[in-house]
Amino acid sequence: MPGYADPGFDTLALHAGFVPDATGARAVPIHLSTSFVFESSDHAASLFNLERAGHVYSRISNPTNAVFEQRMAALEGGIGAIATASGQAALHLAVATLMGAGSHIVASTALYGGSQNLLHYTLRRFGIETTFVKPGDIDGWKAAVRPNTKLFFGETVGNPGLDVLDISTVAQIAHEAGVPLLVDSTLTTPYLIKPFEHGADIVYHSATKFLSGHGTVIGGVLVEGGSFDWEKSGRFPELTEPYDGFHGMTFSEESTVGAFLLRARREGLRDFGACLSPHSAWLILQGIETLSLRMDRHMANTERVVQFLASHPLVSRVGHPLLESHPSHALANRLLRFGAKGAGSVFSFDIKGSREQGKAFIEALKIFSHLANVGDCRSLVIHPASTTHFRMTDEALAAGGIGPGTIRLSIGLEQADDLIDDLKRALKAAEKAGG
Amino acid sequence: MYLQVNGANTYCYTGGKPINPAQPTVVFIHGVLNDHSVWILQSRYFAHHGWNVLAVDLPGHCKSAGEAPESVEAAAGFIGDLLDAVGVQKAALVGHSWGSLIALEAAARLKERVSHLVMVGTAYPMKVSPTLIDASLNEPMKALHMVNVFSRSTLAAPPSALGPGTWVFGAGMALGRRVLASNPKVNVFHRGFVACDTYVNGEQAVTQVTCPVLFLLGAQDQMTQPKAAKGLIQAAKGAGKTVQVVHLPVGHNQMTEAPEATLAALRDFLKP
Repeated sequence: MPGYADPGFDTLALHAGFVPDATGARAVPIHLSTSFVFESSDHAASLFNLERAGHVYSRISNPTNAVFEQRMAALEGGIGAIATASGQAALHLAVATLMGAGSHIVASTALYGGSQNLLHYTLRRFGIETTFVKPGDIDGWKAAVRPNTKLFFGETVGNPGLDVLDISTVAQIAHEAGVPLLVDSTLTTPYLIKPFEHGADIVYHSATKFLSGHGTVIGGVLVEGGSFDWEKSGRFPELTEPYDGFHGMTFSEESTVGAFLLRARREGLRDFGACLSPHSAWLILQGIETLSLRMDRHMANTERVVQFLASHPLVSRVGHPLLESHPSHALANRLLRFGAKGAGSVFSFDIKGSREQGKAFIEALKIFSHLANVGDCRSLVIHPASTTHFRMTDEALAAGGIGPGTIRLSIGLEQADDLIDDLKRALKAAEKAGG
Repeated sequence: MYLQVNGANTYCYTGGKPINPAQPTVVFIHGVLNDHSVWILQSRYFAHHGWNVLAVDLPGHCKSAGEAPESVEAAAGFIGDLLDAVGVQKAALVGHSWGSLIALEAAARLKERVSHLVMVGTAYPMKVSPTLIDASLNEPMKALHMVNVFSRSTLAAPPSALGPGTWVFGAGMALGRRVLASNPKVNVFHRGFVACDTYVNGEQAVTQVTCPVLFLLGAQDQMTQPKAAKGLIQAAKGAGKTVQVVHLPVGHNQMTEAPEATLAALRDFLKP
């Protein structure tokens, strides 16, 4: 194995980042310790000054979290990773590492509501502005660049319309402007697409979703690809000039390929503190070990459900790239590992009729759980306009491909026939509610 | 820091410290398709423990301009010129892989100006398979992948160059891509491999070295197998040199997959 072979995805998902230690434990141990003993005063000083690598305090690093970080970097094809308290913490850590007040972001309109909120409202309060561009509007990405732009940002498949981001084209525009492309790959996971292979520079996940996969834990992870040249860009003094907050360290001198991760951990985790609990890291690792098996089943079930809904008379639209009518059908087939099937198992559809009928539909479901999450092993349902995206105006909703009556599904791992029965019953209830 | 060597802008990582004439100096020399950053966990330590550190980007590699060395001898000449440019009379030389041959040849030439010689992940002769040499020229990404697969000894390295959470394989791939792209005129991958492959002065050079020599070898190293260093070790011993051999339970990524053990071996050997 190591040294001889070139391990594949499933082997990495089970082994990357951990070999049995002196205890002989085969599963990854949970290191529930806030801090770690120094061998000597000199060892302590060396760890603090980054002369030696090791664990000091679990806000900054932890052995269990490090397994999760290595594993994700391995699966993504990155150079390293940082575990964070949530996906939102990962996004914030990326932004806060790369910029401060007076900076500018160009972002896709097709974003998770929480991300849209952070960019549109919260970061603006801290002096960081965002221009939103439809993911497929290539000229729009180009035109949005300003002298103070520091980041391009989009989702691999936009939540919940599943607008596929043309990563290679957007990355090229970003790189011509001297800025990196950050991609949220939560809905696809590295099993369905590896954004670095298409030109993305930083990837993050809400590990709460498919990575952990069981709806038991909140967590996130930020991975650096190592390809973006921070010095050549000239836009990132945060990484290429001495930093007083860390003994005058110039991160791009310390690491030719990992300056971003160095600063993100040494400043961002240290000062903002949005670290992941080792117990949560362990739960996420349990999920990652079966990621490909689960994703295969998620995709197979989704295909069945999409086919059912697309042929149902009460359904006016199904927003999955599996269908030729979806605007990202061709792009999904080209970009994703399993073609359009790989656009994942979170998608939306519209019921013909009123809001009341939509409500009746949701309340009639027995197997689908009505809640605000996706990527669980159980099937989930929600009404985005009144929940996840409730702060957005109708215009902003429309820009993200969401209507007032849109229903979002996250297809789980149950028997596909049972899911279709459940949907069938609920659609009947919706029909009745319409009189 | 940047300085001029032979009229070319040359980068040396110093741990952020100026050169202190009162301190001893150690020069770290990287291997093929690497740069100064592969030494970060060792070079930063020494820079903050009483040493002047010059972790150099060889000419034509990453931050250093100039013509990429075509041979071990040319690179060794550069090391002497570097010491002159910095104004350092005496230094320890630490090299990895190709860099170990450069350090050896430089030590042979500079004689008493070299206080210690450390050859990490070395072999002599350092023959590179024709397949790999060809791939480095015609399919460099494939060759880079092969080198990183052969160099790796674990899927679970301890905290490394980027701290905990470093994926050493990915970092090696990314650094290789960056170094290759840093020189649009010369394929430094191919040139470096050819320089390793064609170096024939090793056994002669080791007899001319006047300082103690440490061979720091990876027991699982497939790029430079420990058995391939035996001849050079014997030649050094036969010439009456003070020789230490340390085997680490690691492959060719000694500095990043076994950073603590590598540092410990260097620290013990370089003790004033």
